[in-house]
Amino acid sequence: MRSAGPAAAGGRALAGAAGLAAELAARIGAGARFAGLMAARREDRLLLSAHLAVPGGMETVEVALPSGAASYPALTPAVGAAFWYERQIHDLFGVVPAGHPRLEPLILPAHGEAAPRPWPGPGAAGPEPGGIWPDEHSLPRRVMGAGLFTIPHGPVRSGVTESVEYLIETPGEDIPHLNMRVFYKHRGVEKRFEGMTAGDGVLLAERAEGVASVAHALAFCHAIERIAGVTVPRPAALVRVLHAELERIAAHLDAGARLAEAAGLAVATARLAAHKERVLRLAGQMCGSRFGRGVVVPGGVAALPRLGPAEVRAQAGALEQAVSADARALMGTASFLDRLRDTGPLRPERAREHGALGPVGRASGFADDARLARPYDGYLALRAGEPAVEASGDALARLRVRWHEVGQSFRLVGQAAGELARLPAGPVRVTCPAGDGRAVGWAEAPAGEVLYDVRMTGGVIERCWPRSPSFHNLVLLHEVFAGDILTDFPFIEASFGLSAAGVAL
Amino acid sequence: MRRRPPGGRASPWVLRGLRDGVVTTRWPGRPDGYSDAWRGPAVLTAPLPAGAAGDLAGICPTGAIRPGPDGVVRLDRGRCILCGRCAERRPAEFGWSRGSAAAVVSREALVVPVTAETERSVGQVRAALRARTAALRRSVHVRHVDAGSDGSEEQEIAALLNPVYDVHRLGIFFTASPRHADVLLVTGAGAHGMAEPLRRTWEGMPDPKVVIAVGTDACGGGLLADSYATSGGIGSVIDVDVWLPGSPPPPFAILHALLLAIGRLPGGSGYGSGERAGGMAQ
Repeated sequence: MRSAGPAAAGGRALAGAAGLAAELAARIGAGARFAGLMAARREDRLLLSAHLAVPGGMETVEVALPSGAASYPALTPAVGAAFWYERQIHDLFGVVPAGHPRLEPLILPAHGEAAPRPWPGPGAAGPEPGGIWPDEHSLPRRVMGAGLFTIPHGPVRSGVTESVEYLIETPGEDIPHLNMRVFYKHRGVEKRFEGMTAGDGVLLAERAEGVASVAHALAFCHAIERIAGVTVPRPAALVRVLHAELERIAAHLDAGARLAEAAGLAVATARLAAHKERVLRLAGQMCGSRFGRGVVVPGGVAALPRLGPAEVRAQAGALEQAVSADARALMGTASFLDRLRDTGPLRPERAREHGALGPVGRASGFADDARLARPYDGYLALRAGEPAVEASGDALARLRVRWHEVGQSFRLVGQAAGELARLPAGPVRVTCPAGDGRAVGWAEAPAGEVLYDVRMTGGVIERCWPRSPSFHNLVLLHEVFAGDILTDFPFIEASFGLSAAGVAL
Repeated sequence: MRRRPPGGRASPWVLRGLRDGVVTTRWPGRPDGYSDAWRGPAVLTAPLPAGAAGDLAGICPTGAIRPGPDGVVRLDRGRCILCGRCAERRPAEFGWSRGSAAAVVSREALVVPVTAETERSVGQVRAALRARTAALRRSVHVRHVDAGSDGSEEQEIAALLNPVYDVHRLGIFFTASPRHADVLLVTGAGAHGMAEPLRRTWEGMPDPKVVIAVGTDACGGGLLADSYATSGGIGSVIDVDVWLPGSPPPPFAILHALLLAIGRLPGGSGYGSGERAGGMAQ
């Protein structure tokens, strides 16, 4: 892994949690992007670390809570984007962010049969341990009035979808408020990392969010490689790009197919789904896994693709022609565009304030692409071109961004395969010594930036914090239903393109 | 942006739909090379030497290789996440399976070499399943529940509806309501949060009904088998009839499992393809 600039993973300790809130607010005001908040137990103290994305790298601002502290002043009032992060930390550690506007359980429901939190709080001062068995009968409601009711949509929904529950509060057609319960499929991934070697950890990272297997593996390995201080060989850096971009194309085609399906365009749905199948088969031919699993390993890649670079390039070229023709036809179908235009708009100010990731952010004018702003692996030398940015922030803008990115991804695949063909034969991985240390790694998944904060001690993972773009972006779904009605729901959900697996982890 | 002219003309999609001809597979009626090519869960290619437990411990990240109560070291294919480490480090004894016929009708049949007892019972289990699902043989409605997957299994199940697999041609349809469902496809490691919704979906289905555990996580929990938040597979939450390992299993393997569940595959052994699960290596 090349160092991504002098700012990479710097750490700063502050006096107290109140100081942390002020520091974060000032840094975000000065242009940094809030990228996440995590906690870790260090001996008897809780360490809160906030990650800030800046050009060239990530900066970490952190504060150690006093020994035995059961609460701290919440950051959310000053840093709105910390809203879900503080609830997550409360669920997992039991520490109370005092003054948090809505400290409901997020990933561990606190009702029913008691089960210990994965990292229990410091004794008597802490809250009751939460259970992980949800109470089916409690239905939170926010909007009150005559004729208002709640549609509990999920966790088992129509179609083949992941388990998440949307509580739609409605007078019948409009959606004045939407609530979400994401805890149903919480799997305990974060805790499971502990004690694993880096080699095993990458297997779990690939399964943290299956539709972004390559991006999660990359972000995890970037952290490991930064700790070890190694740079992956050039062929490995290019193979990583090939798989990461195929993953992006498949995910964007899936989002397009879901939107077409929501509009009842059967032929468009079928054609986009068939293209996606061809992309997955290409990835499968290259490495044996349709999702690119087993390719990325700490220190490089497991092997060169079984398909020669020329063949990869030829197949990708043919695919690009087929995909772009159908994308053009779709974007010329007026009845389809009418359903997307002005649907689910995310205001640019909110996108910037929250640091909205991936196509959701870029469709609202907030262009932060880790491949360009904090490049890694093959992206350091390849030319993807300008990031796709739209201003209107609606479902249509999000789809436009996706088609733009599909074109870029095909170009990157062509460039990477071309360069791979010219490289002399050489090793595809270097040994990654299992040194102690802590580092942050990142990668741009189809839905946006994946972040991993990893601390290695004695050759195994002491603490690993994976943050998927789905977790960061899903909370914005609260805010995009201005004036939209029930039948807009599938469009808005599909246009976000998120995976529930990455939210509850 | 091109606008459709007023007065209208035939939608471009009618012609686009005809553009590539028929892309749909003929499988299972005719062989399909892609179905045969899947590199599936690990298999034993040679008997494991007695007393090998010590050497083999630690190779498998999910602990799928371990001695049973009788002291024989076995490979639990229901825990295999297809990382390939065993085949790489001990190529004399481990290999990849080939082809989509990975589903079996009992959890024990995934643990190879199978015991003599499993060998005896598995044919009966399949016959009983066949008898129970006789009414479903021509057309079947399928419901899916995610019980804590990583999200990839859903993609592969949804792929069954794309024109390449197009399961409608086989009389297989997906349904929104459990009341209309004959088959339940369950993915994921059995997250505690989904235990009750899963049970209630299952209870809502009319008899006869069949449950298929789709993917290694559903069969044995995979890497999350020992997590505080999962049951290590769905087997302890509801009764499972067909077990399909894979991380994730591809569409052909899921289709194979569906046909096995409703008794539409030739061959009468307890294993999906009429082959012995332990002897599928190539």
